[in-house]
Amino acid sequence: MSRNEGVNPFRIDPKFRYEVVRMPGGEKLLQCFQCGTCTSDCPVARFDERYRPRNIIRMVQLGLKDRVLSSDFLWLCASCFTCTDRCPQGVEVASVIRVLKNMAAAEGRIPQLFKVQLGNLVKTGYVYEIPESRIKRREMLGLPPLPTGNVEGIIKSIKGLSIMKVLEG
Amino acid sequence: MSEIKYMIFLGCVIPYRVSSFEASARKVLRNLNVELVEMPEFNCCGLPLEPISHELTLILSARNIAVAEREGLNIMALCPGCAGTLKKVNRVLKEDKGLREEINKHLKESNLEFRGTVNVKHLSQVLIEDVGLDGIKRAIVKPLKGLRVAEHSGCHLSRPRKYIGFDDPENPMVLRRLIEATGAKCVEYMGETECCGATVAGINDKISLSLVREKLSHIIEAGAEALITICPSCHLMYDANQIRAERMFNEKYGIPVLHYTQLLGLAMGIPPAELGFDELRVSPEKILGKVGFISH
Repeated sequence: MSRNEGVNPFRIDPKFRYEVVRMPGGEKLLQCFQCGTCTSDCPVARFDERYRPRNIIRMVQLGLKDRVLSSDFLWLCASCFTCTDRCPQGVEVASVIRVLKNMAAAEGRIPQLFKVQLGNLVKTGYVYEIPESRIKRREMLGLPPLPTGNVEGIIKSIKGLSIMKVLEG
Repeated sequence: MSEIKYMIFLGCVIPYRVSSFEASARKVLRNLNVELVEMPEFNCCGLPLEPISHELTLILSARNIAVAEREGLNIMALCPGCAGTLKKVNRVLKEDKGLREEINKHLKESNLEFRGTVNVKHLSQVLIEDVGLDGIKRAIVKPLKGLRVAEHSGCHLSRPRKYIGFDDPENPMVLRRLIEATGAKCVEYMGETECCGATVAGINDKISLSLVREKLSHIIEAGAEALITICPSCHLMYDANQIRAERMFNEKYGIPVLHYTQLLGLAMGIPPAELGFDELRVSPEKILGKVGFISH
């Protein structure tokens, strides 16, 4: 969906911005006055015209919930935090984007990569599957054995989270 | 005997693909009398999963900090991503009592508790604050005179400034000073603080490899013979993915990318084989020859 598409007033959720403001990292959302420092300093925006942090913030302020949460551009953020550090209004831009990704994930919109990583985490404690060749190489380099994941403990700690239910469903 | 002692936090990327960083870090830290204690249990810091759940990240980091608290040790992370995440969570949970109680409910069943009694540092912070530049210089037996390198500190070492509070993200000096302590010259170049793109690598290769290309072009323009990193993910982007960027843009860069601990190890006279040089994808032969190590 193009970000230049007209706004349908019936698809606006006026409470959306307050939902974002209540989340950790989203608090300063309403302070944004659209100067565009975030977009002009964004390394990703330089190479992909779909990703414009300033536009994303404005879309949230306007209540375009569906359009933002169903977009693929949200997931292009590199989490470099340049936007957060340089925002003259103190908006934690990268954290607002993270809040939005968390909301999309809660609706079941989760790129495959994260499902795989979470699957690895509950199996071993590591988000990557450490190949046997790496374990051998550790021995060759004289490195100590890898610390083991307390898988049982990890599962106990995170089983109540709603994200775990999303993944089961 | 050693006064500097930390619980070492390896993270996931290093065991998965970047043993050379760990091997060289352990070697130089031993030379500098930094004592390392292995973690009795481990899980991911939570950073890779923060896009899907912030709460999950809080719990995962808090678990690791609680393990360190149980052992009575401060944490030193090799990966700036892990260090930054653990630092941020440590700080938020120390300050916000309500949130701490909430997170501790998740930890209780596995007999862990976040109490807020330990600190977290990145490797470079231990080097510059605990060992100190003088301590590093004293350990150098083979100064790397005449070698021109460029530094890439990486975003998570100092960003977001508000939560990390280490080095200056707009003008990073820590890695530069650490490099200069080895006798090498650290050149300046355009876009020094630009991101490596690692976090988008699994999502969009065009963006991440464009960032790699841009960085390497600026380094070549500045006349650097190698790029020095202090992060396993940045290293993967510039070393392993340099070859992929060369293919995508039909260009040739040929810039060797060394972990800072490899550079320091060379200056300490440690043989390249012990510093994991064989793992590098872009051949470091030219610079090894220049600093007087015969290539094998």
